[in-house]
Amino acid sequence: MNRNLHLLPWVGAVVAVIGLPHVFSSGAALTMMSLMGFAIIFALSFNMLLGQTGMLSFGHAVYYGLGGFMTAHALNAIAAGKWPIPLPVLPLVGGLTGLTFALIFGWVSTKRAGTAFSMISLGIGELVAACSLILRGFFGGEGGISASRTSTLRLFGISFGPQIQVYYLIAAWCLLCMAAMYAFTRTPLGRMCNAVRDNPERAEFVGYSTQMVRFIAFCVAGFFAGVAGGLAAIHYEIVTASVVGAVPSGYVLLMAYIGGVAFFIGPIIGAVLMTLLQISLSDYTGAWQLYVGVMFVLVVMYAPWGLGGLLLMHQPLLAAGTLRRVLPAYALVALPSAMLFVGGVLLVETSHHLLVKAAEGPAMRILGVEYAANSPLVWVAIAVLMVVGGLLLKRLAPRVSEAFHAARQEALGRRAAA
Amino acid sequence: MLELILFSSLNGLLYGLLLFLLASGLTLIFSMMGVLNFAHASFYMLGAYFGYQISLAVGYWPGLVLAPLLVGGIGALVERYGLRTVHKHGHVAELLFTFGLAYIVEELVQMVWGKVPVDYRVPQLLNFSAFTLFSTTYPAFRMFMLLMSVVVFIGLLLLLTKTRVGLVIRAALSHPNMVGALGHNVPMVFMMVFGVGCALAALAGVIAGPALVTQPAMAASLGPILFVVVVVGGLGSLPGALIASLGIGLIQTFAVALNVSLADVLGHIGITLTRDSIGGDLWMATVAQVAPIIPYMLLVLVLIFRPKGLMGDRDT
Repeated sequence: MNRNLHLLPWVGAVVAVIGLPHVFSSGAALTMMSLMGFAIIFALSFNMLLGQTGMLSFGHAVYYGLGGFMTAHALNAIAAGKWPIPLPVLPLVGGLTGLTFALIFGWVSTKRAGTAFSMISLGIGELVAACSLILRGFFGGEGGISASRTSTLRLFGISFGPQIQVYYLIAAWCLLCMAAMYAFTRTPLGRMCNAVRDNPERAEFVGYSTQMVRFIAFCVAGFFAGVAGGLAAIHYEIVTASVVGAVPSGYVLLMAYIGGVAFFIGPIIGAVLMTLLQISLSDYTGAWQLYVGVMFVLVVMYAPWGLGGLLLMHQPLLAAGTLRRVLPAYALVALPSAMLFVGGVLLVETSHHLLVKAAEGPAMRILGVEYAANSPLVWVAIAVLMVVGGLLLKRLAPRVSEAFHAARQEALGRRAAA
Repeated sequence: MLELILFSSLNGLLYGLLLFLLASGLTLIFSMMGVLNFAHASFYMLGAYFGYQISLAVGYWPGLVLAPLLVGGIGALVERYGLRTVHKHGHVAELLFTFGLAYIVEELVQMVWGKVPVDYRVPQLLNFSAFTLFSTTYPAFRMFMLLMSVVVFIGLLLLLTKTRVGLVIRAALSHPNMVGALGHNVPMVFMMVFGVGCALAALAGVIAGPALVTQPAMAASLGPILFVVVVVGGLGSLPGALIASLGIGLIQTFAVALNVSLADVLGHIGITLTRDSIGGDLWMATVAQVAPIIPYMLLVLVLIFRPKGLMGDRDT
C-alpha cells in the first residue's frame, strides 16, 4: 500500500481537474482555471531552470511567447490550407518552437552560470522584444497575430468553440506536462541538474560537463515554456508582441518564487495563487500589483523557500503528531500579524484612494466599512496598527521559531525511535 | 551631414555621460558587494520625481541638492535593512530582492504621480538656446547637463584616487576582510557606497528629468542598458564604465539618426529587395529601427567572447 502512496497527489490532481468545472461552472471561473493551467506549465518550466539547475533567467518569456506566435501562425496556416490537423496536437508546435529557440539561445547563454547567465538571459529577452518591433511580418506589429482555433480538423465532433472544451484541452496538457516534468526531476539527468546547482565544481570532478547539463535543462525548459505559450495562444486566439517582453518574464519569476522554488509543488501553488490574485484582487483594488510586489519581497527576505516551502515544513511535524506544539506560538503571533496586515492594507488602500481617485472625494469603503480617507483618526489608526503590530511581531517572532525547532526536534526524535 | 555629425556627437556624449553617472554607482556597488542592483534605475527615477516635486514647491535648484540627498538616504536604508537581511541567502536572493524593489518602486511612483508623464520643466534661468549652428539651436540646459556630468565625474575620480575615503573604498573592493581587520567598519563602508551610488543615480534623474521624459517607465527602459554598460566596461572598473557609457551613448545616438536599411545599401550595387523577398522585414529595417537592439547584441557578444569586459580584471 505504501508503495502506491506517492501516486495519491496525482490521483487527486486528476480528480480535481475533472471535477472543478462541475463545482465552478461559471464562464469566469472556467477562464480563470484555463489561465491557471498554462501558468502552471510555464512556472514549472521556469523552475526547471531556477529551482532545479540554479539558473536565474530574466528572459524565459521568450520561449513562451515565440511558442505562442508559432502556434498562432500554424493555426492560420491550417485554416488557409485546410490541413487535416486536429487542435489538441498544436501545443506541440509551440513546444518545438520553444525547443528550437532554446537550442539556439541556450547554446550561447548556458556557457556561463550564475549572474552572467542571468545577464545574458536578460540581454536575449530584450533582444527578442526589440526584434518584435522590427519583424512585423512575424510578430504582427501592434495588433499582434490573431488566429481561430475552431477551423482545425474536428475529431469526435469536438469543435473547441466552447470554453469548457478548451479548459479540458488545457487541463489535459497541464497534467501531461506536470507528470513529464516531475518524471524529469527523478531521472539521473534531473539529479545531475541538482548537482550542478549545488556544487558545479564537484559535478565537473565526477566527470560531467556542467555546461552540457545546463544546456539540456535549458532546452527542456524551453520546450515546456513553448507548450504553455501554445496553449495560451489557443486560449486567447491572439498573440501580441508583449508576451515576449520583460513583463511576463518577470511575472513567471514572481509566480515561481512566491510559490517556492525548492519544491516541485511550489511553482504550482505560485501559479494558482498569482492567477487568482491577478483576476480577483484586481476587482477589489487598483493597487494589486503593489501587494504582489510587497509579497514577493517579503518572501525573498523572510521565507526564501516560498509559500510551498512554508507549508511543506510542517509535514514532518504533522506526521509525528507534534504539530499541536507549535500552535500556541502561532496563536501568539496571529494578533500582531493581523494588526500589521490590516494596517498595511489600510495604508495602501487609503493612500491609493487619496492619490489615484482624488476626484471621487475622500469618502471610501473597504469591505463594507465606510470612512473618510483624509480624517486624521484613520491615519493615527494606521500608524498605531503598524507600529504596535510590527514591534510585537519582532518581539514574539523568536518564540515561534523556538517552538518550531523544538517540535521539529521531537518529531525527528520520534521517527528515530520508531 | 556635418550638422548631423556634430549634433549627434554632442547628444551622444551627453547621453553617455548620463549613463556613466548611473553606471559608476552600479559598478562600484557590484564589485564591492557582488550585488547587481536591479533597482538602480529605480533610484534614478525616484530622483527625477523627487526633483519634480521639490521644483513645484521651491523651484529647480534646491531639488538638485535635496533630491539626491533624500534618495541617497533611502538607498542607505534599503542596504541596511533590506539587502543585509537577504545577504545570508546568497547572491540570487539579493538579485531577486532588488528585482522586487524595482517592481515596488514602479508601482508606488505610478500610484503617487500617475501613469502619464509629469510636466518637469527646465528651470527659467537656463531656458534659452546656447548656440545656433547650421540653423539648428542647442538648448542651454543640455550644456548644463554636460557640465554637471563632467563635474561629477571629475569629483568622483578625485574622491576615489586622492582621498583617504577613496583609498578605503578601493581597498574594500578587493580585500574586504583585510580592510575589516585593519579596524574599518566594512558594512558601514558598503552602506555609504550604496547610498552614494543611489544619490548619484538620483542626481542623474534630476539632471535628465526635465530634458527627457519623467514617467513611470523610465526606470524599466534604462535599467537593462545600464547592465550592458557595466558588463561591457568590465565589472568594478570605473574607466571601463566611462568608455562603455560614451561608446553606447554615441552608437545609439548615431544609429537613431541613420535612416538607411540593408535594402538601400544593396540597392546601390544592383540587388533589389522588397518586403516580399526572403527575409522580408529584415532587409527593410533601417539602422534607426535596429538601434535598440545594438546594446544587447554587444552585451551577449561581450559575455561570450570577453567575459571580463573592456577593462575588467575578473570574469562576470
